[in-house]
Amino acid sequence: MTPDKAEEFDFQSVPLDPDTLDDTAKADRPIVDVRGVTVRFESQTILKEIDLQIQRGQTLAIIGESGCGKTVLMKTIVGLIPPSEGTVMFDGRDLGRISQQEMTRTRRRFGFVFQNAALFDSMNIFDNVAFPILQHEKASDSEIEGRVMEKLSEVGLPPEAALKFPAEISGGMRKRVGLARALILQPELVVYDEPTTGLDPIMSDVINELILATRRNYPVTSVVVTHDMRTARKVANRVVMLYPRRRLQADQSQMLFDGSPSDLDHADDRRVRQFVRGEAGERINELMRETAAISQSNAGT
Amino acid sequence: MAGLTYREDLPLGEKRPGKLSHWVTDWGGMVVDGVSTVGDITIFAYRMFVWMFTRRPAKGTLLTNFYHVGVLSLPVVALTGTFIGMVLAVQSHRQFAMIGMENRLGAVINSSLVRELGPVLAATMLAGRVGGAIAAVIGTMRVTEQIEALTTMGADPIHYLVVPRFLACLLLIPALTIMADFMGIVGGYFYSVIVLGIDHAAYLQNSADFVTGYDLFSGILKSFFFGAIIAIVSCYRGFNCQAGAEGVGQAATAAFVMSFVLILGVDLVLNILLDAFYYAVWAPETSL
Repeated sequence: MTPDKAEEFDFQSVPLDPDTLDDTAKADRPIVDVRGVTVRFESQTILKEIDLQIQRGQTLAIIGESGCGKTVLMKTIVGLIPPSEGTVMFDGRDLGRISQQEMTRTRRRFGFVFQNAALFDSMNIFDNVAFPILQHEKASDSEIEGRVMEKLSEVGLPPEAALKFPAEISGGMRKRVGLARALILQPELVVYDEPTTGLDPIMSDVINELILATRRNYPVTSVVVTHDMRTARKVANRVVMLYPRRRLQADQSQMLFDGSPSDLDHADDRRVRQFVRGEAGERINELMRETAAISQSNAGT
Repeated sequence: MAGLTYREDLPLGEKRPGKLSHWVTDWGGMVVDGVSTVGDITIFAYRMFVWMFTRRPAKGTLLTNFYHVGVLSLPVVALTGTFIGMVLAVQSHRQFAMIGMENRLGAVINSSLVRELGPVLAATMLAGRVGGAIAAVIGTMRVTEQIEALTTMGADPIHYLVVPRFLACLLLIPALTIMADFMGIVGGYFYSVIVLGIDHAAYLQNSADFVTGYDLFSGILKSFFFGAIIAIVSCYRGFNCQAGAEGVGQAATAAFVMSFVLILGVDLVLNILLDAFYYAVWAPETSL
């Protein structure tokens, strides 16, 4: 499929697994359906009662300051972190109720781009990108080689990079290898964890363009966790902003914003506007108060 | 336990918790942590055994781990064995000479080596070299999200990372122990016969008379347990590694210390059982 034709790709026609629903009903159903999800680590609540539906073909950016639970939400969506309460449905199936084998099969439909690429140090670039094929498919060596080299070429890596080890390449190249590895099985859902963090502006934009190219070339649903507003505005057609649970009242929603990127600047919530503009506002005072409260609490123990 | 440390700076009028309650809390916390760790390791080992008996190790993982555990450990184990044999000769010679029994040195050196010192010291050396490396590698993979990456790509980390390492340790640590025994015997012979001038034929004859097949068997049997301990403890510590470089260092240290303590404890228990079995089946007919 050429990029131009892909712009007009009809996401309703995505091939679907056999199920009781007919194709139209399945296409209308969100590919990811998060309902009432709460995640706790020991006594600390990171996410509380999150509801989020992601439609097929959508590119969702999850933004928010460090520690607000963006990455935890993303890992919960792909089943890496089980929710303490609530359910996560992927294509109509509750990830908390499916068997281990079914979970393994479902993971074939996910692609995960890690913040620091998470390439396997002991393998060269070729083996890293080929790994998902070896895990899930029985393919000949020549077929694997063809697919790996094609994917490396798509992310702008020369063939000679294939034999290098992760420690021998730059951060930008590692991110692109991570992207190639995530896309090698043509997943239906790709999640990107801070894809541009730690990169120079040019390389950040290269990654943004690759995310856009992926969306153009494949019928993929994307979730991008970022605090880089340039990335959020450029790649997403929907933005959700989370706020740290510990700074909210019990009855306040953790999701401060859910809308299109163009609405971010006119958001009703002051905290959203401040985040988008990168203004500290009264946050420095809040931080001082938090520190004082923690010190007081420790003294009273 | 965290948050309940003894404080000297309480405000005036506030009731100070008794020292006894702190001791109870601290010891109670340690017991709970210990029981919890034992439970965790048991579940971890159970999952590893389930994978081991239900699916073959992933392609390409077995030989790499065999190479790292077996081939790369060979020089250090051989060196350890050689020095143990020679040190035993140095330590025992004067006492045996005092009672005119230096010709029997071969019996005590080789018997100690194959039954006890060879397996235990080889395992201790390997707990440091192999166990530390396993914990550090898996710990680094945990910290850099490589283990999560395995999971997202449909590979079970226990099947992919732990099973091949377990098999490598289980099968090759006994082989390395045999190597340590052999080099120890050579080292002991060299020092006793060449350096101390003990009669060659008497040394060999006494070794053959007093070192039995059961000694060799019990030493090698123990090394299977030691290999399993090193693999399971080191992989477990790597999987539960805390964040950062310090976390990886702590995981490697904890893997060695825990393996070492368990090796000594299991060695004691196995010695008791093996001795009981030996005396139950074969009446003791030999003596020095």
